[in-house]
Amino acid sequence: MLLFLLQRAVGMFITMLLVSIMVFIIMELPPGDYAERLAFRKFSGTGAQISESDLDNLRAEYGLDRPAHERYINWISGIILRGDFGEAFAFETSVNNVIGQRLWLTLSILFSTLIITYSISIPIGIYAAVHRHSLPDYSLTVFSYLGLAIPNFLLALVLLYISVKFFGSNVGGLFSPEFKDAPWTIAKFWDLLKHLIIPAIVLSWSAIAFQLQTVRATMSDELNKLSVTAARARGIPESKLLVKYPARLAVNPVVSTTGFDVNRIFSELPIVALVLGISDLGELLIKSYIDLDMFVAGAILLMMTFIIVFFNFLSDIFLAFLDPRVKLAGD
Amino acid sequence: MTTITPEMALPGAKGKSIKETKEILKYYSATQWQLIWWRFRKHRMAMVGALALLFLFILGIFSMFIGPNDPFFRNQDYILGPPQSLHFWDENGFSIRPFVYGVTTTRDPKTLRLIPTVDPSVRWYLHFFVKGDPYSFYGLFDSDIHLFGVKEKEAFVYLFGTDSLGRDLFTRAIYGTRTSLTIGILGVLIAFVLALIIGGVAGYSGGWIDYVIQRLTEVVRVIPVIPLYMGLAAAFPVEWSTQQVYFAMTVILGLVGWPTLARRIRGQLLTQRDEDYVISARISGASAGRIISMHMLPAFTSYIIVDLVISFPYMILSETALSFVGLGLRPPEMSWGTLLQDAQNIRSIEQAPWLFIPSLFVVVAVLAFTILGDGLRDAADPYQVVRKK
Amino acid sequence: MNDLIDINKEYLLNVKKLGVSFETDEGIVRGVNDVSFQLAKGKTLGIVGESGSGKSVTSQAIMRLLPKNGHIDPASEITFHQNGDLLNITKLKADQEEMRLIRGGKISMIFQEPMASFSPVYTIGNQIMETVQLHRHVNKKEAKEITLDMLDRVGISNPKIRIDQYPIELSGGMRQRAMIAMAHSTEPSLLIADEPTTALDVTIQAQILELMRELQTDLHMAIIFITHDLGVIAQIADEVVVMYLGELMERGTTREIIKEPQHPYTKNLLKAIPKLETLHGRLTPVGGDIPSPLERPSGCPFHTRCIDSIHGKCEVKNPEENRLSETHFVKCFLLKK
Repeated sequence: MLLFLLQRAVGMFITMLLVSIMVFIIMELPPGDYAERLAFRKFSGTGAQISESDLDNLRAEYGLDRPAHERYINWISGIILRGDFGEAFAFETSVNNVIGQRLWLTLSILFSTLIITYSISIPIGIYAAVHRHSLPDYSLTVFSYLGLAIPNFLLALVLLYISVKFFGSNVGGLFSPEFKDAPWTIAKFWDLLKHLIIPAIVLSWSAIAFQLQTVRATMSDELNKLSVTAARARGIPESKLLVKYPARLAVNPVVSTTGFDVNRIFSELPIVALVLGISDLGELLIKSYIDLDMFVAGAILLMMTFIIVFFNFLSDIFLAFLDPRVKLAGD
Repeated sequence: MTTITPEMALPGAKGKSIKETKEILKYYSATQWQLIWWRFRKHRMAMVGALALLFLFILGIFSMFIGPNDPFFRNQDYILGPPQSLHFWDENGFSIRPFVYGVTTTRDPKTLRLIPTVDPSVRWYLHFFVKGDPYSFYGLFDSDIHLFGVKEKEAFVYLFGTDSLGRDLFTRAIYGTRTSLTIGILGVLIAFVLALIIGGVAGYSGGWIDYVIQRLTEVVRVIPVIPLYMGLAAAFPVEWSTQQVYFAMTVILGLVGWPTLARRIRGQLLTQRDEDYVISARISGASAGRIISMHMLPAFTSYIIVDLVISFPYMILSETALSFVGLGLRPPEMSWGTLLQDAQNIRSIEQAPWLFIPSLFVVVAVLAFTILGDGLRDAADPYQVVRKK
Repeated sequence: MNDLIDINKEYLLNVKKLGVSFETDEGIVRGVNDVSFQLAKGKTLGIVGESGSGKSVTSQAIMRLLPKNGHIDPASEITFHQNGDLLNITKLKADQEEMRLIRGGKISMIFQEPMASFSPVYTIGNQIMETVQLHRHVNKKEAKEITLDMLDRVGISNPKIRIDQYPIELSGGMRQRAMIAMAHSTEPSLLIADEPTTALDVTIQAQILELMRELQTDLHMAIIFITHDLGVIAQIADEVVVMYLGELMERGTTREIIKEPQHPYTKNLLKAIPKLETLHGRLTPVGGDIPSPLERPSGCPFHTRCIDSIHGKCEVKNPEENRLSETHFVKCFLLKK
């Protein structure tokens, strides 16, 4: 078991390393460099002339004249050793400062989405499989198709509209105005929860549609298996049987695709955050892309990917725990 | 010389009429594709999906003919105008020819804004095959005939209303159909070619080549998709023309899309590689190319086609999302995403909900592709029992 | 009236005119038609037939394990005699508590695929103890002891270690033994074995059969042994039922069926068994193919493949049961009394 853990951890490390190289390439892609952009931003209003040597000085100051691989090493070692993600040129402060609170907000959105997704899709998927070809089953199929087809920013706008029109509250953003800069209290926490609902619903919409189908399909397969008939032949009551035997196995694919769900959530997050006016990592990402502030963008990409890879790691372990076949095969 | 009767060819055909036996023979001697087509035809939902897609494609191809107006024309008299409803009758009588009510614009004395008001006493009749704005049909010929339109000079017909610059949303939505669908197709094609090469090499070689490719694929797959797209799209220089951006978008969509397809191709090749029929082909000395093309490919081509069809929705949704936030295609290029840029905030919903109509196109397209893909998958799977609908 | 009740009391299991229909997309399929037989306590009944003969459906009907689209005829009756009580299985609802107590408790079932009948994510100990606790009103500790004892009894070495192992960790033969242990742990009066040795090779097959015989003697248990292998039937069955396309063709004692078969189908089955002496001759399978259950032949179901079928009779009417002796019954027109 320990060997299994070790193997997975090493894999995680290698993947992240390769990812960091890829992210760095993306960071380097936009034409021009920071010096030019920084100078442009700094001096554009003043009408002052910028000479080539000014730019060179700027470059030396920020270490931009070093060759690519040196810059990469600087950047990545800064992250690993000091947790320093570099300079956010557009904001003239460190990336860490800019990201700050947003990381936790993003994580809370992520967790509430996951909780909603799994607590809805698993029981309903099991129900649909047991009651195949019934009316609830068909309507769930329709719902799944719609869930995958409707773009989530559209959904976000519609929900926003509904909440304003019918509930009169301004549920955009993550905090009501009075709580926005206030210190943390229970009331603020409660306010946050109220606001988390809409982004969580929007983000979990397509995830629920997908997992619902997966659970339903796996559960149907399992229900037809001989082990279920054999358990019935032993006289085990139906409800207990459902939970203990097929349901346990039907949950497997859900666990193993958790990383994929997180991936998709992070993928949809920026646009949804933009539409709903939520100041989280996603919204910051879009801003930084538009401003071409690549250190910020790179840091966010790295963080998101790390969380995804970490979830993959966790789900591998959890799967081994759930299904002895995986554990024994890995030994 | 005995005549060969159907009963000899078909055990169990004893007692059946000639007609029935011929039917059975036709079934047994059909090619793989005929079988798939027959099964597909029975799947009603999938046929609906296919028809919907066909409709959208026709809209796209003949966009300049079907759209009554010039997509770039800004009608100052009807800015953010609501959709005009088609009528066939009102208190003035019944008309076979559909019409819309006339619109007069008055200037509000206080705000100096132009206010369009509907005038029910004026009817602008819709004519078919009218002369309208000229266009070129893909450089093949020029024309100015449109499917429908209004004849009077001051009249206009905006079935989906107009946007904040007074442009006809109906025509623009149709033009957008062409762009979005084309980008989808090109993106899928590029992704497919890449996936074929990479996945094919990995799947057929196995061993360490496979391992390295696996690792690389995993790296691309693990980064969240849209942030990755955005990163690549952010690199487009501002100076690029819309054409260049268009082309680059399709390349990016393909670049990010290949892992899923590659994985599927690789998986199929790996499983088929160890099948008995492949081994026997190898033993009898067939070359690798021949084995792959003649033996293995037919086995999983149907699965690949299904995967391709299912990739479309992702391409379309991604392009729409990216263009929506301004990181994809740029105006004046018209795609569903760029059209929706107008609908970015809640005020738009309140004031001009018709700006959302392009999103309906997205939903229909995605639904159609998904249903079609499911139907194809059901039809292509030879082991599935045919379900009576 | 009293006669009938007495007849019932003699037998452990009495199946009368069992008919099962399935609703499918292609129409209503008759899985079993007019099948009757009796089984006495401690005896072994073999049910023989090709695939599609309805032999598994019969055992499912007895256990009330039919799938949702399967229905037993209202006229059918299956009675089970237990401790002086006569239970009418057909009258109970499939998931009623009384039926659940019978299933796995009084009547146990073992299957062809031992790997498939265990859930892969729980230890075999967990699954056996679950059954024991369900049917035998003992606490966990006692259940564990019973399980260990049973595992030992079926010849599994190191039961204390095995009990905490997962099915995947056991070999094929051991899994089969574990399944037998599970089936016997509730001390049933009837064991239904659905092709338990088909997937095993001949040496293990012999061991498993021997094991089953021992347990049968110990528990004074009746067995219904379902198989297509006449050789196995000859070894272990007291009585035999031959089924074809859901109908009963012939039934009798093993001796009667093997030595003096009367039905053409039975005769063909016996002839089809390759014998060592006839190594150089041609194999003689039963000619033709089983008709699809959707296209049942009219009259006698076997007439399409029967060389001696009487034109004008066999395809018109389905023969009634002819009684040849006290134990031997045949459904065929060829035997004119």
